[in-house]
Amino acid sequence: MIAHSIFFYFFSIVAIISAIMVTASKNTVHSVFFLILDFISISCLFIMIGAEFLGMIMLIVYVGAVAVLFLFVVMMLNVAQQKNQWFLSKSSSRHIPIGLIISAIIFFELIIVVGGWKYKPDLVSLSSIGSTNEISNTHSLGQVLYTEYIHIFQISGMILLIAMIGAIVLTYRQREGVKTQSYVKQISRERSEGVEVLEVQSNKGVKIDD
Amino acid sequence: MEYLNIIFQEVYKILFLLVPVLVSVAMIVWLDRRVWAFVQKRQGPNVVGPFGLLQSLADALKYIFKEIIIPASSNKVIFILAPIITMTLALIAWAVIPFSENQVLANINVGILYIFAVSSLGVYGIIMGGWASNSKYPFLGSIRSAAQMVSYEVSIGIIIINVLLCVGSLNLNDIVIAQQNMWFIIPLFPMFVIFFISALAETNRPPFDLPEAEAELVAGYQTEYSGMMYAMFWLGEYANILLMCALGSILFLGGWLSPIDLYPFNLIPGAFWLILKILLLFFLFALVKAIVPRYRYDQLMRLGWKIFLPLSLTYVVLTASYLFYFNLLPKI
Repeated sequence: MIAHSIFFYFFSIVAIISAIMVTASKNTVHSVFFLILDFISISCLFIMIGAEFLGMIMLIVYVGAVAVLFLFVVMMLNVAQQKNQWFLSKSSSRHIPIGLIISAIIFFELIIVVGGWKYKPDLVSLSSIGSTNEISNTHSLGQVLYTEYIHIFQISGMILLIAMIGAIVLTYRQREGVKTQSYVKQISRERSEGVEVLEVQSNKGVKIDD
Repeated sequence: MEYLNIIFQEVYKILFLLVPVLVSVAMIVWLDRRVWAFVQKRQGPNVVGPFGLLQSLADALKYIFKEIIIPASSNKVIFILAPIITMTLALIAWAVIPFSENQVLANINVGILYIFAVSSLGVYGIIMGGWASNSKYPFLGSIRSAAQMVSYEVSIGIIIINVLLCVGSLNLNDIVIAQQNMWFIIPLFPMFVIFFISALAETNRPPFDLPEAEAELVAGYQTEYSGMMYAMFWLGEYANILLMCALGSILFLGGWLSPIDLYPFNLIPGAFWLILKILLLFFLFALVKAIVPRYRYDQLMRLGWKIFLPLSLTYVVLTASYLFYFNLLPKI
């Protein structure tokens, strides 16, 4: 168990430090890298408590896809050169109360969640997620996700789909006069449409495509 | 003392896996160049050692003794970290590859997810290298490469779901054992083709080597790298290619199972068959490099998102309905 706790403290310290560095580092690209480090150490913590499926999905979805997009946006906007001097600027004082209120709300919500978990063991025993060694983590997740919580699961999927469609609708614009290739047209071209044999009279020439 | 013993044992096991992988990476580079040359009616590297087998070692020695140049305006920490990350990620994925029923370093429950996660982390080495170089070509190359890898990961993930539907377990050994009667390449042949092409794109191999298209981007994200750091990128890339071949042979070609389940073939150790299958797949990789021209970037994206993704999704529905209708779904 000593090795276990050493690893636990190592990962949690890395997670906390990198979470602080996300906001504190001067370079925004460094912030994203710290965010990635945070994700990775949290997924390691997930694996340590035996939720290996959740940990791996966390790696695949958050680190492998979401954080890559973050990094893209940050790099493409070229904010790397803009140092994060938010703490020093005068305009930040207006935002500090709002930030404090939001963080206080999140803090209390976390307390409620953790407290509810601690003082209501019925809540845990009610759910049918068995944590036995005989059945693997993935199987037990699948068994409740597609039976007991199927509606919540489907609704969350629909919300994601709607968000995706919304993002596409918001950014999609049809521009006039843009030449695009149609693959169907290119493939279905016949010789008779593309090639024309002309009798060219000398010193006259032919007009093409007028 | 007991801890030390365990640690030594594990280190011994890890070295026993990693050293062959690294040596075979060197050999595979030689094979790649030879196949490429033979298709083009050239000889390829044939001077150093018998048949030029030691060419890669000579190259590696040359890389080691070259000076490492770090650009003045680069972000030095990330610049140095990028090749290290690429190579580490390419090597740690080998931990879960089963060479026979018992010969596997870590027989974890979520082996396939682990490989998928590690290969999706591989993007970072490239992005970090391209960004930290602080130069135009590497940046463009890394952006291209990241977009390409993220896109093709989606279709690879869905293809893996196809296989998992037939297996009912995320463990790589279970996936191999499930193919005892029939390799998955037979019922899932279209998926195998898509997996192969996606693996080419995922590892930035020709015809999808847009990130390092030398005509446009010099060498893409590797432009500013030199010496050993370049060699590490190169090692990581080929280790990744080998890994993809291993994954393909485990998912579709029956992993360490022998092709004929009869007496003399049963005695040959499983590792031999797995290596044979990896080599076969790699031979295809090398052939494709020689005979297919490079894709244009928009066509590459179109292929990934508009053709492979819908096709593999449709196949998931087909596989699931077939298994459900004929009551063939694997029992837990």
